[in-house]
Formats: sequence, C-alpha cells, structure tokens
Amino acid sequence: MTRRKKISTPTIPTGVAPGANPSGLNRRAFLQGGLALTAATTGGKLSAAEPPLPWLHTPGAPLTNYGQPSEQERKVIRWITPNRQVPGNGVSWTPLHELEGIITPSGLHFERHHNGVPQIPADQHRLLVHGLTQRALSFSIADLLRYPLRTRLAFIECGGNSNAGWNLEPLQTKAGYLHGMASCSEWTGVPLSTILDEAGVAPEARWLVLEGADAIAMNVSLPLHKATDDCLLALYQNGERLRPENGYPLRLLVPGWEGVLNVKWLRRIELSREPVMARNETSRYTELQPDGKARQFTFVMGVKSLITTPSPGAVLSRGLHELRGLAWSGHGRIKKVEISVNGGKTWTQAELQTPVLPQCFTRFRLPWQWRGQAAVLKSRATDEAGNVQPERTKLIAERGRAGYFHYNAIVAWALDSDGELSHVYA
Amino acid sequence: MSMPESRYVAVLLLMTLALPAAAAGGKIAGPNLGQVLPNTEAALPYPSIYPDGRGLPAGHGNAVDGRKVYDAQCTACHGSAGRGGSGGQLISHGPLTGPEPDPAVDNYWPFATTLFDFTRRAMPMTAPGTLSNDEVYAVTAYLLNLSGVIGENDDINAETLPKIRMPNRDGFVWIDVPKSPR
Repeated sequence: MTRRKKISTPTIPTGVAPGANPSGLNRRAFLQGGLALTAATTGGKLSAAEPPLPWLHTPGAPLTNYGQPSEQERKVIRWITPNRQVPGNGVSWTPLHELEGIITPSGLHFERHHNGVPQIPADQHRLLVHGLTQRALSFSIADLLRYPLRTRLAFIECGGNSNAGWNLEPLQTKAGYLHGMASCSEWTGVPLSTILDEAGVAPEARWLVLEGADAIAMNVSLPLHKATDDCLLALYQNGERLRPENGYPLRLLVPGWEGVLNVKWLRRIELSREPVMARNETSRYTELQPDGKARQFTFVMGVKSLITTPSPGAVLSRGLHELRGLAWSGHGRIKKVEISVNGGKTWTQAELQTPVLPQCFTRFRLPWQWRGQAAVLKSRATDEAGNVQPERTKLIAERGRAGYFHYNAIVAWALDSDGELSHVYA
Repeated sequence: MSMPESRYVAVLLLMTLALPAAAAGGKIAGPNLGQVLPNTEAALPYPSIYPDGRGLPAGHGNAVDGRKVYDAQCTACHGSAGRGGSGGQLISHGPLTGPEPDPAVDNYWPFATTLFDFTRRAMPMTAPGTLSNDEVYAVTAYLLNLSGVIGENDDINAETLPKIRMPNRDGFVWIDVPKSPR
C-alpha cells in the first residue's frame, strides 16, 4: 500500500450514516460507501483511452502440467527461520497476511521439522500398529487407500505458535510471521478408529505412542480417547496427496490439538497403558510456570484470533477499509469475533464468513471508516465452549513469560495518524 | 491450574454428544487388509523406552567413557560439558523460577530414560541412529553426571537407568488428561 498525500480529506467521512458507531465500525458501511463511490466516479472526468493491452493481441502461454502462482505473487512465500547449523531443524511460517478465505495453499502450509523432510517412496512405507492390541498389523499405503475415507477441514497449529508474544517488547513483523505456525487444510484419510478396531485395542490400553519416519524418528504420546474420537490417518491435503513437508505419504490429523501430535511420515502406532515420556512431551511442548511447575499434556489449542489485513508494515489511507482476520479454536467452533479500534474500550461484532466449522479457521470481516485518528486494532474470539481469547496482561499474569508454548492472547496493531501500522502491547 | 476431573468428564461428555453418528456409534468397517505380524518389538529400530525401563536394550556405559563420546559427537551443537552451542543448552545449573528461568536436562527433564531414548533416535543430528547402545548409555551417563545425579564411574544400563530419580521428577502438572496412578 502506498502512502497518499494528506490533502482534501473529506471532513464528513463517506458512507457513515448519521448515528453510526463513532468508532467508524459499521457492518453496513460498504453498501453505503459503495453507492457514494459510484456517484463520485460518474461525476468525475475519466479518459476513455485505455493503455495498450498486449495480451489481447498475442497468444498466451501454453498449457502446464501443474499450475503455479502468478510470477507477480512470488513474494507470497513461507518465511523460513532455520537453525543455521542444522538447516532441516526449524520453522517456516505461513504468510497469513497475504491470504484470504480459510484454506491455506498446500505449498504455504507452515512447517516445523526437527531434522529435515524425508523423501519417502510411498511403496516402501508401512504403518505398524502394535503393542496392547489383539494382533500386530502392518499396512501399506496401497492398503490404506482402499479403506473408507473421510474428509474434513481442520487447522493445524504448532504449540509454539505466536511465541514472540511472550517477549518483553512487541516484535515488529508481519502478521503471518508472528502467528503463521498455523495453517488450515482440507484433509482426507482413514479414520484412525477403523484401523484400531482392526488391530483390536486391549482394554487396558490408554495411550498411543506415535512415531514418524523422519531423521529423529519423532515420537510422542496421544490419549486413546482422542484417537478413537476424530483422528484421521491423512493421505490427502486439499484434494491431492500430502506434500512431502506435510508428511507424505502418511500423517496423523489430530483435530484441534497441538501440531506436534499430528505426526508426519507416520510409521508406527504402539498402544500402551501410559505415555512414553518422549523428549517432545517432557522437555519440549511443556510450559514452565512462575511457581517452577510445568504444564504438561496441554493438548488443546486455545481460542485465538488476529487481524490479518491490515498487517504491520501496511500504511493505510483514510476512508473505508475492511478489517479481515482469522479465528480458530481447538475446543470447537468459533462463536463470535469482536473487533475494537480503540484498544479494547468498545467492541463491535464482526461478520463470520460461513462455513464456520469446528477446529477450523474461521474468516471474519468488518468494514471500518478510518478518519485519520490514532487507533489500536484488536480482535477477540469466543468459541462455542465459552472460551474467550484473553488479554495479554491476563495471560501473562496467569502463566508468566517462560512457558513458550500455547500463547493465545489478543493481538493489537497500532495505527498512527500517518496510517502506519505496528505491533503493540496494549 | 490443572483441569479438575469433573470438568474433564464434562468436556468428554460434550465431545461425545457432538460427534457425528458415524464416529460415535456406527463404526466404519474397513476391508481388513492389515498384514498380521508376529512379535514386532524385536524388529524395531527404536523400541519405545518407558520410564520404568521397558524397551531399554542390552549394553552399558559410564560418564568417563561418555565424555569421550560427547566431546567427539556433541560439542559442535551443545558446547563443552553441555553448555553453549546453538543446539540447545543441556546443562543449566540455573533456577526454574525467577525472572530468567533456565530449564535444561539437569533441572527440568523428569525422566532419565528420555535422555537415552532421544539420544539414540535423534543424535547426532548429522547422522542420527549411528551411536552404539554402549555409546548412548555412556553419553547418557555423562549428562547425568553433569546433572549431579550419578557419579562418574557409575555403570548405566537397562537396570540402573530407570532407577535414577531426576530432580524435577514431580515438576509436571497434567492439563488436558487426568493423571493415571503410576
């Protein structure tokens, strides 16, 4: 967005009806504003001569086997933050501030790998189910593709997403690079319960120990009740087979629970009485609290939302804008999202774009007239279980700042009178 | 801060009521294509290792031997004697409370068995799974010695490792699942 000269700003904002919300938030503002804009355009002097459009007069590019985004959208990429000594151990962030709707393109789904992306031939991959079962079973991918499939949308969010929020100073970067260790896809796979039934789970089993086929053989424990509830052995993402960085040829989908449980390159499920106490459920993915105790097995990702458009780094011009964002909760559906432009003094309910699905990104939008005043933009989500996204001060009062994981506080963007947007704690 | 058991049960109940029929009652039958295997544990590259020691292999080592393994394999990422390096500090000697808590193996990890399991399956990151069981026992012993929980000549093996009580063994509160009696 380019900055405009601050001249001839109308003193009466276009499209705000008398008596409208003084904050400028008005769900009908676009309808009214649109009419005003039409009138202004037809009243002005526009030249009828268009610049030359060469693509009208030359044949276009040939067909392609696999389409790619426009060359002009090449800046819309994952932002990579690797461990320099071990490039496969790190994170790449979804550019949430560049995207719309609720589906994350597969190539932009965030990554958190512990030692790189294995390139696994599907015909050499097996899933082993064993331990406290009536029988140990081994499945090929070809086997699994013959099972009844189910499809659902679900977000996956790393337990460490948004962790910069614990910092003393607000990190100045774009929305996706603060909160984009969360992505949302359509997943298709075999219900895990079908496979567990075939193996015959012993009555004393309470946990699953999951193991991936990557170069740390990532292992982690999952309670049996979740496994039989809604988990999927995912084979497809957004209609095509999984991308390698999302677990090809097989990953687990654990809807709404922290990302590390959604084990990629899944090769083994062991039924057990108790958790295995792996590194990634003891030393990591636990949250140290101010009293020295740590929260462990914090599985459910809390209710969260943020405004993705505009995002820090943007410069706004005065007039009508649409505030757009994403909300999600591991506890179920999003019930409502409220937006404040005055740092939380007053709130206005945003419109939720349907469909609103459980454990899924939900898109919210709200028109806003910006009249040039300093503003602090916030969104606050409430889920169907009644959980309300907390203010940062409340979250830190409860949890301290050393927990690292499960940061879900309200996000604030400050807009100064020049229209520049920045990340603030407010 | 742990979820009271009554609330946990209520959440479970809600989840059950909200389930679609197919998952709640009507089981989804598959074509039963799973290949039945004989006892599989012996064939696994990394059998699960539980806190009670189940899954630990034969072999042994002590901290004196482990220091040699560590200095050859681990210092590039984890620094000398578990301090420094880009790969995460292993030994803290610091507090878990206060303004700058410093969790690491010695003051945070609840189980010594985890150290063996993770080292064996994941380390060194440039060639994971290449250390012998004796080397993994030895380097585990070295880190436990640096943690102050064993002597440098104590022999660490499948019998002795699970008996080691880590200082922060009781430092964890289960949040989203009730803690079962151990």
